[in-house]
Amino acid sequence: MASGNDILKEHISSDYKYGFSSDIEMETAPKGLNEDIVRFISKKKNEPEWMLESRLKAFRHWLTMEEPRHWPHLQFPKIDYQDIIYYAAPKKKTEVKSLDEVDPELLATFSKLGISLEEQKRLVGMQSTIAVDAVFDSVSVKTTFRETLLEKGIIFCSFSEAVHDHPELIKKYMGSVVPYTDNYFAALNAAVFSDGSFCYIPKGVRCPMELSTYFRINTAGTGQFERTLIIADEGAYVSYLEGCTAPQRDENQLHAAVVEIISHRNAEVKYSTVQNWYPGDKNGKGGVYNFVTKRGICLEENSKISWTQVETGSAITWKYPSVILKGDNAIGEFYSVAVTNNFQQADTGTKMIHLGKNTRSTIVSKGISAGKSNNSYRGLVRVAKGASNARNYSQCDSLLMGDKCGAHTFPYIEIKDKSAVVEHEATTSKIGEDQIFYCKQRGIDTEKAVSLIVNGYCKEVLNQLPMEFAVEAQKLLAVSLEGSVG
Amino acid sequence: MLQIKNLHAGIEGKEILKGINLDVKAGEVHAIMGPNGSGKSTLSSVLAGKEEYEVSEGEVKFKGKDLLELSPEDRAREGLFLAFQYPVEIPGVSNINFLKTAINEIRAYRGQGPMDAKEFLAKVKEKQAFVEMTGNLANRSVNEGFSGGEKKRNEIFQLAMLEPVLAVLDETDSGLDIDALRIVANGVNKLRSKDRAFVVITHYQRLLDHIVPDVVHVLFDGKIVKSGGKELALELEKKGYDWIKKEAAIA
Ligand SMILES: Nc1ncnc2c1ncn2[C@@H]1O[C@H](COP(=O)(O)OP(=O)(O)OP(=O)(O)O)[C@@H](O)[C@H]1O
Ligand SMILES: [Mg+2]
Repeated sequence: MASGNDILKEHISSDYKYGFSSDIEMETAPKGLNEDIVRFISKKKNEPEWMLESRLKAFRHWLTMEEPRHWPHLQFPKIDYQDIIYYAAPKKKTEVKSLDEVDPELLATFSKLGISLEEQKRLVGMQSTIAVDAVFDSVSVKTTFRETLLEKGIIFCSFSEAVHDHPELIKKYMGSVVPYTDNYFAALNAAVFSDGSFCYIPKGVRCPMELSTYFRINTAGTGQFERTLIIADEGAYVSYLEGCTAPQRDENQLHAAVVEIISHRNAEVKYSTVQNWYPGDKNGKGGVYNFVTKRGICLEENSKISWTQVETGSAITWKYPSVILKGDNAIGEFYSVAVTNNFQQADTGTKMIHLGKNTRSTIVSKGISAGKSNNSYRGLVRVAKGASNARNYSQCDSLLMGDKCGAHTFPYIEIKDKSAVVEHEATTSKIGEDQIFYCKQRGIDTEKAVSLIVNGYCKEVLNQLPMEFAVEAQKLLAVSLEGSVG
Repeated sequence: MLQIKNLHAGIEGKEILKGINLDVKAGEVHAIMGPNGSGKSTLSSVLAGKEEYEVSEGEVKFKGKDLLELSPEDRAREGLFLAFQYPVEIPGVSNINFLKTAINEIRAYRGQGPMDAKEFLAKVKEKQAFVEMTGNLANRSVNEGFSGGEKKRNEIFQLAMLEPVLAVLDETDSGLDIDALRIVANGVNKLRSKDRAFVVITHYQRLLDHIVPDVVHVLFDGKIVKSGGKELALELEKKGYDWIKKEAAIA
């Protein structure tokens, strides 16, 4: 089997399958956050001076900021930023050249998650091969297929390595889409980010395989602050996948990532996420706080960025993958399924900022709420003056299961150019007893019926995912909603 | 195959079925007629196991088993099929996927593995032709955007695919044009066999011209007030229900 294909394998159980934790010797920073910790992280990573300076600048700015507590439709207790560990790495050598050097326990962990770090050859009948960057707590453990990719000039490595090996690219692009001043969590990330993936597709190259990063939080009390940077140069194409899990713990864990995408002239980037952080237990205890800033820029004409997300995990999700449509004729897309069950809360959506002429954006959001959860769509469509003939189509659907959950839609539309055409459609529906009964009458039980109906409801979004991912996402949806009806 | 004895059932405390007795044997076709609101759909819902309906009295045996004890899905898996009066739409779920899931669930219940993909597709092709349904409809989402007549035809397509032992057709003829009526009736006739029984609920003789019943029952105010041969349907067509109502009132 090709590596990474089974990122979300074997889900058929209502419990969180990835709740185990691994016993791996870790080196951690002391709890808390101050300039010394920032220096500690930078030193651990052996970073050049300019990187440290950049971190410190972000940190000092962060100190002046406030958590976004008021506007999102979320409720969470005060986060004690001094009670978090900001760096944790496996003690054994982390920069590895071959698999033999990786701690076997670590390999076992990833293999348990269904991720192979071995570069097996493409098997007959396999849809595709996937290159994987595996990130364990604060560090990237192994990136597969690097050599194969390098033959085409594609750089796919951990962010830390890129800081050393491609400083010119990092300096040029890091923070160009999400500056550290952007928001509270982006500033925090810029100060303490641990690792993540870096990917550069050179001019005219179509990346021959899916690239993927797999994030795993393991150590208790740690936060995960990864940083991903994807650059598609002129005429390049890449499809990128992201997956994540965390052990089941009673305390909440903080995850504050930043993802930046730059799409040049005629280039296209497809970014797909299946977010499955630990959601907390049935009573709302524990779970990951997922505060993420994801944004891409269509820098020049005819460029395209497409976000697809299936959000099933996390106790709290705060996330708005966005596209700045700067180049003329640029295209931005956002396809989202967000599921909340039990006590989960999600406030998610997108921003489409139209700056160039003839720019087009599409938003398809499918929210599913069950249990006592709260699910909000929040989206902004902005058409700047001069962005003539901009078009947006938004469709926001909410599906309710039961009557103790909430669904909310907050669309913001700001039009500064008269030629813009913006369409917004929103629906709210309840999963129909009649639909379920119809299925049962055909021999399909409730659980399967819910899964069928929900997958049908999400079809437009699931269709955007690469094949193998879509199949796993479907199973994941079913598991997330198990026991929510009848 | 199906024995209903003194069945009383209702909804929200209101009694709708007031002592139904019915005996359907393998190979038979029974027609149930009766004025609007007499309880025909309620009877089919109770047989299929719709949760809102409470059975207060009586018993129902299906293939010797206590039908009322079984969950709706197990009733289906045992071979009970209901062609709905108002089939529901399931957006985004293709007919094919829906049927594949249903068939495999039923097979699993019977201890069989999933149906081979080739065999399944061959079956789809065969049964589609049966109800003269275009490939397009089979691939579309379950009933979504189907016309009234197409929905009914789709019910018969599903019936043909699932091959139940007892099929209850609730006004499958209403809303059908003349051609569709013939197609649906032919479909049902082709499915008639010595091992399979049908309960056909209808208001019109014209369906029974095509699907000739062995027995015709008249349901009125929750009770079967008259049963007879196929001539009874003709008589009703001619005379309406008034005389039946009068007879019932006297009795
Ligand atoms: N969910 C319900 N709540 C309240 N009353 C109901 C409900 N379902 C059925 N009834 C009532 O029960 C009676 C029988 O209804 P049913 O649908 O079984 O009639 P029917 O014989 O199928 O009529 P038609 O020929 O119009 O289809 C009617 O008076 C109807 O209003
Ligand atoms: Mg009826």
